[in-house]
Amino acid sequence: MTKRQLRTTFEPVLFVLPSVLLLGVFMYYPLVQNFVYSFFRFSAFSSSKVFIGFQNYTHLLKDDIVITALRNNLRYAIVSVIFQVCFGLVLAAILEDRAFRRVSPLFRTMFFIPVTISISVICLLFGFIYRPMDGLLNQFLSLIGLDVLTRPWLGSAKTAIWATIAVSQWQSIGYVMMLFIVAIQKIPEELYEAAEIDGATKIRRFFAITLPQVKEMFFVTTLITVTGSVMVFNEPYILTQGGGPGTSSITIAVHMYQSGFFKDMMGYASTLAVVIFLISIILGILQLAVFKSGED
Amino acid sequence: MYGVKPRNHRRDALSLSQVPILIILLVYFAIIAYPLFWILMSSLKTTEDISVNIWALPKVPQWHNYTDAWRFGISGYFINSIIVTVSTIFAVLVIASLGAYGLSRFKVSWLKYVLIFVMGGMMLNPQVCLIPLYKLLTALKLRNTYWALIIPYTTFRLPLNILLIRTFFLSIPKEIEESAKLDGCTNLQTYARIFVPMSTPIMITGAILTAYYAWNEFMFAIIFIDSNKYRTIPAGLMAFRDALQINWGPLIAGMVIASLPLVLFFLFAQKQFIRGMTAGSVKG
Repeated sequence: MTKRQLRTTFEPVLFVLPSVLLLGVFMYYPLVQNFVYSFFRFSAFSSSKVFIGFQNYTHLLKDDIVITALRNNLRYAIVSVIFQVCFGLVLAAILEDRAFRRVSPLFRTMFFIPVTISISVICLLFGFIYRPMDGLLNQFLSLIGLDVLTRPWLGSAKTAIWATIAVSQWQSIGYVMMLFIVAIQKIPEELYEAAEIDGATKIRRFFAITLPQVKEMFFVTTLITVTGSVMVFNEPYILTQGGGPGTSSITIAVHMYQSGFFKDMMGYASTLAVVIFLISIILGILQLAVFKSGED
Repeated sequence: MYGVKPRNHRRDALSLSQVPILIILLVYFAIIAYPLFWILMSSLKTTEDISVNIWALPKVPQWHNYTDAWRFGISGYFINSIIVTVSTIFAVLVIASLGAYGLSRFKVSWLKYVLIFVMGGMMLNPQVCLIPLYKLLTALKLRNTYWALIIPYTTFRLPLNILLIRTFFLSIPKEIEESAKLDGCTNLQTYARIFVPMSTPIMITGAILTAYYAWNEFMFAIIFIDSNKYRTIPAGLMAFRDALQINWGPLIAGMVIASLPLVLFFLFAQKQFIRGMTAGSVKG
């Protein structure tokens, strides 16, 4: 090979090598490793491993906490789609309506601020809000005469998961709203003008123009929120000390963390990671399919 | 804000039918704004005042809560977060733009497999790699160093940034590259002198996305670091809460300090910030 040929063959290698190395060593290698680990029993603190075949998987099928956790993840997903995607879209449509043109920048900015705040700050804040005696929420309920509704929001197995889910909604509605605002701003103004001439009401214009025009964004945001719901870790970890009371507000990611780092069952934690992987792969394929259909 | 066309003014006045909607907006505004206001207000109160007079403004502003928070450890976490965030941004932008150049400017058949390799990384959920990554970082003796965060953060932000920058590079006309080649530029020179300077907007977008992630990331931060010396703010705040117990004033002041950089950045550069955050919608 001449020097020039050598160069054209190897030059692209040099450009992509750092990326490929990092992704290979710190992303793909751990991914493969995780499958291998799921067939072993081992501890976080030693390097020896015992091969146990499918024992982790049979344990998985008998583990009731997995059911509780997945049910909570599903609750997260359903509530998030309703509040973040549906309410976020309505909010975006209202703020983009010309009737609210003057006030909308203020609302938009305020609704987005929680997105920029770290989840640990937000969870600490809601720790104060949910305090049983002197928390803002219960104090507010007493103030307006709704004493009957006051309860230990995070301390009761019935409400802990919903209180935790509410925190995520409080933080993330603004993000999805902003995605929809950007999508709505791309809709040609002429469509609305034509509909207005035809005498369509605002609600009709929303269903006839806005909704079909942001269809793709609707799928994208739904997938983002559902994927996010599968990964929920921070809120239960911080707010309910790892999914309490008992395991009432546990999620699959918190269960994995606790199995690995508290119970020191690293092999079983890897098996739970396989479950997370399978769910996110299904969602990822859905996402690809949606993008593909969007291209046509 | 971003290219909203001036619209008909006649209909700007609020009509009666819009009042219920405005009330809903105001209620939601209060739900978001009041807790934020409450943190700011409480950060200037004594612990007793926070607990007993939760609605009242501070009698005497306790500015020392901030200096206390800073002295009790927030300063260290803050500096660690800056070190980790800045290093991650730098590493992501350099490595991703090199990769993006390789993936957009060469016609070699095997590069399409590299592209699939990168796109696959977009779908991968960091939690799936948690246990092996923990073992790997331990084996490499990187746990409890800044690298334990910088390397995983960089890796998991690479796919999105490579794809974003690649899309931008693909839009740069071929002629610009060809004239640079005629002037005797090598590929590396073309990359450094022409492509990188031209792509400032997309680099800013990538930097914002990466900063947002690195400043707020929580799971890796609590698991890969257990030495107080290297904790970043999100993990540090947890340690801070446990250490302060019922000394709430400094804790809440610490929460404000932790949030200020990104909130201020958002308020003063809304346009860039939103462009960055929405570009990440491919995967939040």
